[in-house]
Amino acid sequence: MNVKKRLLDGARMHRAIRRMAIEIVEKNRGITDLIIVGIRSRGVPIGERLAKEIEEMEGHPVPFGILDITLYRDDLTTIAPQPVVKPTKLPEPIDDKVVVLVDDVLYTGRTVRAALDALIDFGRPRAVMLAVLIDRGHRELPIHADVIGKTVPTDADEVIKVRMAELDDEDEVLIMEK
Amino acid sequence: MRTQTSSLRSKDLLGIEHLTPEEITLILDTAEGFKEVSERPVKKVPALRGQLVINLFMEASTRTRVSFEIAEKRLSADTLNFTASGSSVEKGETLIDTAENLMAMAPDMIVIRHKYPGAPKMLADRLPASIINAGDGAHEHPTQALLDAFTIRERLGRLHGVNVSIIGDIAHSRVVRSNIHLLTKMKANVTVAGPPTLIPVEIEKLGVRVLHSIDEAIDGADVIMMLRIQLERQGKLRFPSLREYYNTFGLTPQRLRRAKEGVIVMHPGPMNRGVEIASDVADGPWSVILDQVTNGVAVRMAVLYLLGGAHRE
Repeated sequence: MNVKKRLLDGARMHRAIRRMAIEIVEKNRGITDLIIVGIRSRGVPIGERLAKEIEEMEGHPVPFGILDITLYRDDLTTIAPQPVVKPTKLPEPIDDKVVVLVDDVLYTGRTVRAALDALIDFGRPRAVMLAVLIDRGHRELPIHADVIGKTVPTDADEVIKVRMAELDDEDEVLIMEK
Repeated sequence: MRTQTSSLRSKDLLGIEHLTPEEITLILDTAEGFKEVSERPVKKVPALRGQLVINLFMEASTRTRVSFEIAEKRLSADTLNFTASGSSVEKGETLIDTAENLMAMAPDMIVIRHKYPGAPKMLADRLPASIINAGDGAHEHPTQALLDAFTIRERLGRLHGVNVSIIGDIAHSRVVRSNIHLLTKMKANVTVAGPPTLIPVEIEKLGVRVLHSIDEAIDGADVIMMLRIQLERQGKLRFPSLREYYNTFGLTPQRLRRAKEGVIVMHPGPMNRGVEIASDVADGPWSVILDQVTNGVAVRMAVLYLLGGAHRE
């Protein structure tokens, strides 16, 4: 696959995440009852950074959790080999809390569908919000994001690659062409 | 970084003997993900929804059957239990006929326990379903060895270089055979100990040290694994009496006092209290026997999950 365009570099990604953090606090009028939950794998570092930005802004830590959605995928019976399962770690009960689900790219919406099913097995949040770094369109399910880092119109044969320093040495977002 | 593998090569789990260290690590890592599922308020995930698992238990089992059944239910599989008593087997049906009839009902997986070694392999060679060996005679009991390894890794953080002493009825134990395969593949140091009449000749060829004294076996061990005296598999006793066995090979608090600090005591169950293990040891702080049972569910979920996708490409 060839790199077609570099959508975000490290500095622009940092600014996008900071703006997303501000929007999350604004929409919730503060951080009461807020829990940030990153979807494995790239949603985890983005969620961690959002939680850190919010803590710096508000002077209070925000609970942060990790959701593994592998077992809830709708394509689990058709893909082989089986994807690797890792634990879900939620810091506290989510009942009556406002959960902000965090992922890197919003595309078909199927990951978010699986994440909602996984989340609801842990309790009944008062509300669930979705924050994504990149919204690339092409939804297959009626799902939308509440907080978006960057909206990018894409073709279906393009691939968005999000690289995070915590996992990939460097912060950047690339559009790749098959 | 250690080599990553994300699938098992075979559609079946017949034993540890033919697994690679990478496959063993994959199962243990996957089980860690599943352990958390059993701690949730809703202890169920939809991973095997719509799949049928038949539990074919042709030999008595409580712990293993219940553990598999819980694992299957937590993965949302449909389960069907088939036991030898009260079935067509009593009317003279052969294993192959039983299995082919069950196969006509299109199960995705069959978990089998049988008194004859090789029975799971016979099914695996003939049926398209994934076969999981839940114990075949004195041959193998792979999920027991996997849950033992999971428990050791959880407690001690590693398998490599760990000193494991397996003590008791080595001759009649499928658990010990699977454990020797697994532990030696993962580079643990394995010692087996017991009366000479209960240790198969040439077992040292599997890469284990053989001792005939429990005190020597306890010395320096990080893990002490006690085995049940399998009275039902022995034609007659291979030692003078159960009391003498307890005095010579039973794990008592006095003997354990000479063990390494932080030693853990394991037992695959069911225990004969006062034969191979003293009650004070089984219930004591060293014991991880009930952790083994809890971990059994997570390990079996991992095996079912990994095999569940293997044959449906």
